[in-house]
Amino acid sequence: MRARVLIRPKAGILDPQGQAVERALPALGFGGVADVHVGRLIELDVEEPDRLAEMCEQLLANPLIEDYEIDLEPSS
Amino acid sequence: MKLGVVRFPGSCDDVDALHAARRVGDAVLLWHGDHDLQGVDAVIVPGGFSYGDYLRVGAIARFSPVMTEVERFARSGGLVLGICNGFEVLCEAGLLPGALLPNVSLRFVCRQVDVAVANDTTPWTRATTAGERLSIPAKHTSGRYWAPDPVLDELEAGGQVALRYAPGHNFNGSARDIAGVTNAAGNVLGLMPHPEHAVDALTGSADGLRLLESAAA
Repeated sequence: MRARVLIRPKAGILDPQGQAVERALPALGFGGVADVHVGRLIELDVEEPDRLAEMCEQLLANPLIEDYEIDLEPSS
Repeated sequence: MKLGVVRFPGSCDDVDALHAARRVGDAVLLWHGDHDLQGVDAVIVPGGFSYGDYLRVGAIARFSPVMTEVERFARSGGLVLGICNGFEVLCEAGLLPGALLPNVSLRFVCRQVDVAVANDTTPWTRATTAGERLSIPAKHTSGRYWAPDPVLDELEAGGQVALRYAPGHNFNGSARDIAGVTNAAGNVLGLMPHPEHAVDALTGSADGLRLLESAAA
């Protein structure tokens, strides 16, 4: 099964990458942008989607500093 | 004293660490793929870019065979020093609290920093005096120490903050100016600056030796 794991910095932790992007957009003429955060997307085929949370806890994310969200694609 | 320096694919400060370790005792390289610590009395996890720092700094290296042994060694009281990327590996492995985030500047910074000894009773700082300043180079992109506030309170109360950046030297934005922390037992120390690059006055400072001399004392 195809899965997508979205990993983002935890709320409240300073995210200088997000801030840099937030400052860059208005410089290009894109106004009205706020609260930008930069995370990571991991796509994978998994045979045991039930174990994805475990994979996130142990390797894909660092639960101390990152939140993760698992999306499963319905099989076609 | 016999020290072991771990070499991962992507380590780049292993040779300097070996050279520094030889100032205070015998030293050997420990290959990442081996389950053998060769009977060493202390382990140094050196700086560099272990396993390319893929995914997150230090995230992959912690699963290497040698780290299984380093974890066992550390949990039974063995002396372990993690420098820069080694510090990141020890945090990922759960041997040290907290995590290292990208510098606030998002830039790689290489400069000499002053760190002040905050706890001179740990095995890695016992040859120093509290308040003593050590001049040691730092060079990294992800060195901003972070832990939740209650954890930071606990670290401070328990004397686990071993080293702090001196005023004006916290260039990476580390929480509470923390440059080096130990585990609760004190036998594992992680720090971002590089004591192994400061072992000879010829290259600017020999202050880094103070930590190694502490371990050997």
